[in-house]
Amino acid sequence: MKADNYLKLTQFYQNYAAMVDQENWDAWLDMFSEDCVYKVQARENYERNLPMAALSLTSKGMLKDRIYGITETIFHDPYHQLHLVSSPLILSESDDGIIESQANYTVFRTKNNGIAEVYNVGRYLDHLRLTEQGIQIKSRLCIFDNEMILNSLIYPI
Amino acid sequence: MSHENPIPMTPVWEHEDTSRIPFWAYTDEDIHKQELEKLFYKKHWCYVGLEAEIPQPGDFKRTVIGERSVIMVRHEDNSIYVVENVCAHRGMRFCREKHGHVKSFTCPYHQWNYDLEGKLQGVPFRRGVKQDGKAKGGMPKDFKTSDHGLTKLLVATRGGVVFASFDHDVESFEDFLGPTMLSYFDRMFNGRKLTLLGYNKQRIPGNWKLMQENIKDPYHPGLLHTWFVTFGLWRADNRSELKMDEHFRHAAMISTRGSGGKDTQTTNVSSFKESMQLNDPSFLDVEVEPWWDGPTAVMMTLFPSVILQQQVNSVSTRHIQPNGHGSFDFVWTHFGYEDDTPDMTERRLRQANLFGPAGFVSADDGEVIEFSQQGFEQKPFHRSLAELGGKEIEETDHMVSETLIRGMYAYWRKVMGV
Repeated sequence: MKADNYLKLTQFYQNYAAMVDQENWDAWLDMFSEDCVYKVQARENYERNLPMAALSLTSKGMLKDRIYGITETIFHDPYHQLHLVSSPLILSESDDGIIESQANYTVFRTKNNGIAEVYNVGRYLDHLRLTEQGIQIKSRLCIFDNEMILNSLIYPI
Repeated sequence: MSHENPIPMTPVWEHEDTSRIPFWAYTDEDIHKQELEKLFYKKHWCYVGLEAEIPQPGDFKRTVIGERSVIMVRHEDNSIYVVENVCAHRGMRFCREKHGHVKSFTCPYHQWNYDLEGKLQGVPFRRGVKQDGKAKGGMPKDFKTSDHGLTKLLVATRGGVVFASFDHDVESFEDFLGPTMLSYFDRMFNGRKLTLLGYNKQRIPGNWKLMQENIKDPYHPGLLHTWFVTFGLWRADNRSELKMDEHFRHAAMISTRGSGGKDTQTTNVSSFKESMQLNDPSFLDVEVEPWWDGPTAVMMTLFPSVILQQQVNSVSTRHIQPNGHGSFDFVWTHFGYEDDTPDMTERRLRQANLFGPAGFVSADDGEVIEFSQQGFEQKPFHRSLAELGGKEIEETDHMVSETLIRGMYAYWRKVMGV
């Protein structure tokens, strides 16, 4: 991979984390292609080839519906997220600009009156499309290590 | 409820019926320990898993009943055994894998080895060591391996679902459910093989009974779960029934989905938005299945350990695993049926987005349970109210009642002796 592409990729991963942490859902949606896949899945299911996921969204329409759900319908304790995302590991790069890459993440959750706690730990497994216009997510799997989700999972990871 | 004696030394149920539930029922650690004994370890069948999780002889799954770790394993003769995960020697929880395949169980500490029924097969150095032509050490002559097996549980399987009991004098599983609950159980588990789709697991900081109550409470879905109402999946005037077993411990909420849209019942609910449409309607791409025989949703609470979910095409078991009075793990096992088409499997998976710790209509259940527990902990001398639909315990043909909660506590009081 060319160094400037790696720089773009790194910027993309960090920007994703920043947009999610800022709850900038329009910017989050813009990072996905129309035919995208976004899943938040327990490592146990992933490693045993069990298809169940905590969230399994298979179109941009579903992502929009999720955002409607978390902003308008789901009742939950207010909280902030803070993501720490490692630099990406490139797994493969095809001639038509599809990059397969992964990065580890840690998400801290802070509730009102609360102390930051480790909320979700895992890795992104990604297929990204690199074009002149920028990078878009074809698919992002958030494979988390936590055996138990701490009560609920509302916002995207 | 007297403020002079804010924390009663001996909890007393002050109200004459179960339309008031004292907060100490959720906050008292001693009550919790008694519940484990009287509800989870004696006289009740508890959920352990699906046969589909251990399809081959030697396959096992580690799980819990109440707060005791157990192993469900398939024997060479294809029958299922459940044994306690505590070595007969020094008491170690020896099985550390969540699932796997074994020929026998061995405790790593001193290599005590058990067959798949839990019988002790061998003990290293049983006859001691030979030194200078003499046997030294080892187990006494009267040591019998047959006296030192793993604790073996009674097992009941029906329709591919496995239940177990530490209490070998428990009534039959069929009697435990009673005819009404059994008919709804058999509707969902009608003999077709199940296929495992996977797990969702969450840790909810609240008393375990609150989850039973949540699924015995048809008052909240149309109010808390605004997603249900917004997209027409649930309305207070849906055709529905509330049913119980003769002891009032188990229950079923049975409902048939309306067509959605506006009427006086929904426009009363502040969350109803007539113009709302999903960007991707495939979340609610429901296909009617013949086995439903009418109802689009049947939510069963089998006391104390499990909830059986059919919500349109999404089917799952939800296993309640307490840890202390103020917390439980909630494990969802989603499944399908052997004759499902790939499209039906996709449909079940898509609709699963509504459920579980991230679900559109389930994430908020865990949240309200957490905050209910917070309320209980701050004033344990107080009580909650469950009076919707009256003070009696009776089956109904509508959803506007808390009768199932009153029923559960009538049973709970009898078993707990309070």
